[in-house]
Amino acid sequence: MTTLAPEPPAPAPLAVQQAARRPRPAWLGKLTPYWLVLPGWLWLAIFFVIPVVVMLSVSTMTGDIASGFKQTFRFSNYSDAWSAYHVQFVRSLVYGGIATGLCLLLGYPVAFWIAFRGGAHKSSLLFLILLPFFVSFVIRTQSWNFILSDNGMVVSRLRDWGWVGQNFHILQTPAAVIGGLTYNFIPFMILPIYVALERIDLSLLEAAADLYASRTLAFLRIVFPLSIPGVFAGVLLTFVPVSSDYVNASILGGSTGTTMIGNIIQTQYFTNLNYPAAAALSFILMAILLVGVFIYARLLGTDEVLEAATR
Amino acid sequence: MNELPPDLLRGLTQSRVSRRQALKFGGLSAVGLVLSACSIPGAQSSKLGLRAARAEIAKYWQTHKKTGQLNFGNWPLYIDVGSKKSDHPSLDLFTKQTGIHVRYLEDIQSNDTFFAKIQPQLAAQQYTGYDIIVITNGQYLAQLIDLDYLVPLDQDRMTNFYAHSSQLVRDPSYDRGNVYTMAWQSGMTGIGYDPKRVGHEITSWQDLQDPRLRGKIGMFADNEDLPNAALCAVGVNPEVSTQADWHRAADWLHKQRPLVRKYYDQGYIDALSRGDIWASMAYSGDIFQANLSGSNLKFVIPKEGAAIWTDNMCIPQHSEHPVDAMTYMDFVYRPDVAAMLAEGINYITPVSDAQPLIRKDAQAASGDDRKTLEYLATSPLIFPTPDEFARLHRFRVNDKREQKIWNALFEPVYQS
Repeated sequence: MTTLAPEPPAPAPLAVQQAARRPRPAWLGKLTPYWLVLPGWLWLAIFFVIPVVVMLSVSTMTGDIASGFKQTFRFSNYSDAWSAYHVQFVRSLVYGGIATGLCLLLGYPVAFWIAFRGGAHKSSLLFLILLPFFVSFVIRTQSWNFILSDNGMVVSRLRDWGWVGQNFHILQTPAAVIGGLTYNFIPFMILPIYVALERIDLSLLEAAADLYASRTLAFLRIVFPLSIPGVFAGVLLTFVPVSSDYVNASILGGSTGTTMIGNIIQTQYFTNLNYPAAAALSFILMAILLVGVFIYARLLGTDEVLEAATR
Repeated sequence: MNELPPDLLRGLTQSRVSRRQALKFGGLSAVGLVLSACSIPGAQSSKLGLRAARAEIAKYWQTHKKTGQLNFGNWPLYIDVGSKKSDHPSLDLFTKQTGIHVRYLEDIQSNDTFFAKIQPQLAAQQYTGYDIIVITNGQYLAQLIDLDYLVPLDQDRMTNFYAHSSQLVRDPSYDRGNVYTMAWQSGMTGIGYDPKRVGHEITSWQDLQDPRLRGKIGMFADNEDLPNAALCAVGVNPEVSTQADWHRAADWLHKQRPLVRKYYDQGYIDALSRGDIWASMAYSGDIFQANLSGSNLKFVIPKEGAAIWTDNMCIPQHSEHPVDAMTYMDFVYRPDVAAMLAEGINYITPVSDAQPLIRKDAQAASGDDRKTLEYLATSPLIFPTPDEFARLHRFRVNDKREQKIWNALFEPVYQS
């Protein structure tokens, strides 16, 4: 999302205006809009393009930390990385998909309720949604570790009531990781959907009622279609970071069948100091996510997304 | 002192002028990487003769002077603590007696991430911001030495060390002649368990393959402690293990995997206290500290043996206050200072002369303090018996080629 540049302002009227007041070389006027977006481009170039190019170059190097890494254009770094870690790639996408789906299922009603029933309290309710962000991400995840522990308040109650067996546990299972991901990223789903819903003109619903549409029908035919841009933005904002997250898998997961690709990349960088493998893994992840996003955008259309996201 | 092999003395002798220096301005080096040679530089080394190397070292220590400042990077909860948490009596004593002000930084969370953090600065021949760092013997210390990233110590400023250090840390196998390192503390990686929950005594690594403990076993997620423990479990001394042994150890771990609840990189001690796991690989000092704060855990050195590791103080290259660092490193080998530290840290002190001093402190103290200090002075976790020492092994140190095979064998165990 963030890499999409804003549209340059329309140049013609500005140039005409200036030309009328004082004669100026035409090329200067034509260039003005470009000068205006220059800071943005410089920002992108320095903090996005250059790092990406550097990492792209690292991903085909060979060597080790002691003797240094040299550019040998070894593209099999990519196939090696894929064949060693495709399980974790697939797992990350599956976890990402499930968590995003849960975020949508849980987040949509919340956004709906705030937008249509929030009344005077809308802003306080939104503030409550954002409140957890005032506590560090890691601390919040860690506190689930306490709540869900085997002798913690949840599992021991379930055991006391005889609902689960003696060996039942939540931590270190895929459910714990997906639950943690859903919990941590749900605000990113709620907010854009709320923005889309909040803009809906209520008289449309009155009109629907006048025409004898049931409330369900009104929702399905009017509200939901109008909120699609918000859903689209929410799914993007959730799915991309969820799939590359590694904090939840390392705190709530257990490395026994719950490792996500983010954890692997972290190990390659910091434990094995194998920078090329880590870079190759990162680019494979980036490619998968980009392709996914493009397909998704094709299917749902992007026209109104920017509008919804920037409002 | 031992004769110093020349390859250990390369430290200060490499050529200092390189193309890289032109690129040392922080972020610009990234651009430089792309534009210049498209590579990430490693370390350069040039071998000098023994005599020349000695002369270089002597010159280094002659040209550097005391500055009154010291930046000490250490692990969290790894020093004595006074009435306030930020107050460290042993450091205060040091400042009072030497006039050297210490900035104490609890920045080291693990050897691998810390190495990754300082490596780029060392490769660019810059000051890392630390004059003393504390690194565990093993592959990362070996790399720091191999890459010439450490300053050879001034053996003339090690009088306390040579007077009081214990056998364990003098002339250790990972740093012959203490050329680069002086031990901070040592510890063991054995088994910690909750006797109430497990219900029987644990004496062997094979007890961590007991199906009765299914889902209640914790292991470490790393490529040092875990493989070395597994090598002990299959009855091999890790230090002299062969590749065939590694395969057997990896098989042992794979067989154990279905029973393991989690491969921990942190937090195993909380999980053990809470009862999420009942038995786990554990560091001796962690169990000791957990028991001081009310848990009833037990630590065993399994009968097949276990790893003993030593965290070492060393001076990274381009240190700005090396003489102050040297002064401090020798200072902690005074038995009274070592006793202060041991009472605060609860790992194996490098100064065995500290034991009678702790006993004396215990007699002087009263109430809970006294009980704690007596426990400390007699605990085999702090002062292992000779019998236990015989079962303790050093970590395997691999060369680059071996390390690749090692990682490929053991990583799939804890990361899948």
